[in-house]
Amino acid sequence: MRVWPIFKKEMRLYFTSPIAWVILSIFLIIAGFFFYNIFVYYTRASMQAQMNPQMGRDLNVTDAVLRPLFSNLSVILLLLMPLVTMRLFAEERRSGTIELLLTYPVRDGAVLIGKYLAALCLYALMLAFTLVYPATVLYFARVEWGPLATGYLGLLLMGATFISVGILASSLTENQIVAAISTFGVLLMFWVIGWSAEYVGGGWGQVLSHLSILDHFDTFARGILDTKDVIYYVNLSLVALLLTHRSLEARRWKG
Amino acid sequence: MIEVQSLTKHYGPITAIRDVSFGVAPGEIVGFLGPNGAGKSTTMRILACFMPASSGSARVAGYDVFRESMEVRRRIGYLPENVPLYSDMRVRSYLDFVAEVKGVPRGQRRSRVAEIMERCLVADMQNRLIGKLSKGYRQRVGLAQALVSDPAVLILDEPTIGLDPAQIAEIRALIKSLAGDHTVILSTHILPEVSMVCSSVVIINKGTIVAQGPIDSLVEQFFPSARVQVQIAGPAAAAVREGLAKIPGVLAVLDQPAEDGAGTYVVESGRDRDVRGEIFQLAAQQRWALVELRRLGMTLEEVFIRIVAGEEAGAAEDGTPAPAEPLGEPQV
Repeated sequence: MRVWPIFKKEMRLYFTSPIAWVILSIFLIIAGFFFYNIFVYYTRASMQAQMNPQMGRDLNVTDAVLRPLFSNLSVILLLLMPLVTMRLFAEERRSGTIELLLTYPVRDGAVLIGKYLAALCLYALMLAFTLVYPATVLYFARVEWGPLATGYLGLLLMGATFISVGILASSLTENQIVAAISTFGVLLMFWVIGWSAEYVGGGWGQVLSHLSILDHFDTFARGILDTKDVIYYVNLSLVALLLTHRSLEARRWKG
Repeated sequence: MIEVQSLTKHYGPITAIRDVSFGVAPGEIVGFLGPNGAGKSTTMRILACFMPASSGSARVAGYDVFRESMEVRRRIGYLPENVPLYSDMRVRSYLDFVAEVKGVPRGQRRSRVAEIMERCLVADMQNRLIGKLSKGYRQRVGLAQALVSDPAVLILDEPTIGLDPAQIAEIRALIKSLAGDHTVILSTHILPEVSMVCSSVVIINKGTIVAQGPIDSLVEQFFPSARVQVQIAGPAAAAVREGLAKIPGVLAVLDQPAEDGAGTYVVESGRDRDVRGEIFQLAAQQRWALVELRRLGMTLEEVFIRIVAGEEAGAAEDGTPAPAEPLGEPQV
């Protein structure tokens, strides 16, 4: 499996073009703005709590800073991740480079994994920069390590799922905009599908709620590590990646 | 080295190539010739393992392109028609990537890439972004990526298209230098290129192969006799015809429509016989005004035009392609 050269090539393309830089900076600016607001709000709430100890009883960093921060980050990612993945196959198809890439002695699977890991690596870098926020909190207050770790694990798993769905969309079209919009559409549907669970009720309601990306993420943000949620993200990623592999193979079907 | 057996490819209802068969011997440079849309690129894409054929089989370097595609891919260098390259990569890092993907061992990669950049004349551009290169340089980078792993077989789809004459000459010289060590199949619709670079040709038209073989034997097959066009002003046509026919070695004298008031004739003779001297002597002796004495072309270009034009005429008449045999009167 020649994954490594493909991975290196994709990373190089992310960083020699402005894509990675723009995505990183936009993401960090928006995330920073959210963190600032959350943190300032928390500071004021805790100052008020000093006057009125009754009020401060339930006030803690995990619930008041980390949880809202994670859920805000997840929304930014919902909007940004389709833009990270949209070019992965669509651009190669548009420019024709896929014709060369797929006639090199590499398996389709290796190409797919290389690209997937490159997007994941860029994403991990995005997340790594956000560690500045909990570090800032740590300077002023005590941070619970458990919820912080599960929160980041949740973000990582969720982002990995976003990337898989994005790669699938990208492999189906040669138009990057189509890839981005359909990724966003699919992810948004998975995001909000749980909302109708209440009305549907019963077994189907549970199914819908189980399909929701958001519901599964919430447990991570609360500091709960549930294998059910891990398996959900891993499953969704695997299904999307397997479908992508099929769509790459489709070219080799006799027609 | 390349064996193609009754290859057929349909794109939905359209048949791109039908029952294509040919072979290429090791170390040979074969020109794959045909008008636009004849099925050249389709055939090359199948050979390069980019897509499968609908039916038929192809073997490259002894491996089946469909079932043993990985083995084939290890042994080929492929340059697609429009030279798709990553515009956001630099020449050197791109070639480095290709070398790594193609399995050039780590220790040799650096020197191999440097060597190929020298050979393809892109060394002075090695730190440029590919997207900023001119068409000629892109073409050479494309050729470099095909050559970087030193593959046994090269599949080059229109390698000189869009280049200026000096660049065309450079690329041709480069391709020519590959003969012997590499087996090359190159498609083109520039005919002089084929005669200059290739030892034999495969001519394809409308998806079927219409002629193939070494260039010389093809020309011989299509032009079994040497032909000379003569224009003589003045005397009666009958007298001239008679005189010309008497020259030893002349097989036939054909009348052509008169040009500028001078009688025009085509003299056919044995292939190895040049009758121009004798025609001149005859004209001088008879005091005929010899206006023109010209050998008619027996080039690949003529062969090609005859085949393709003949195909079209045949297809127009009865809907079936004309056989690839010597045709009637040349239209010169």
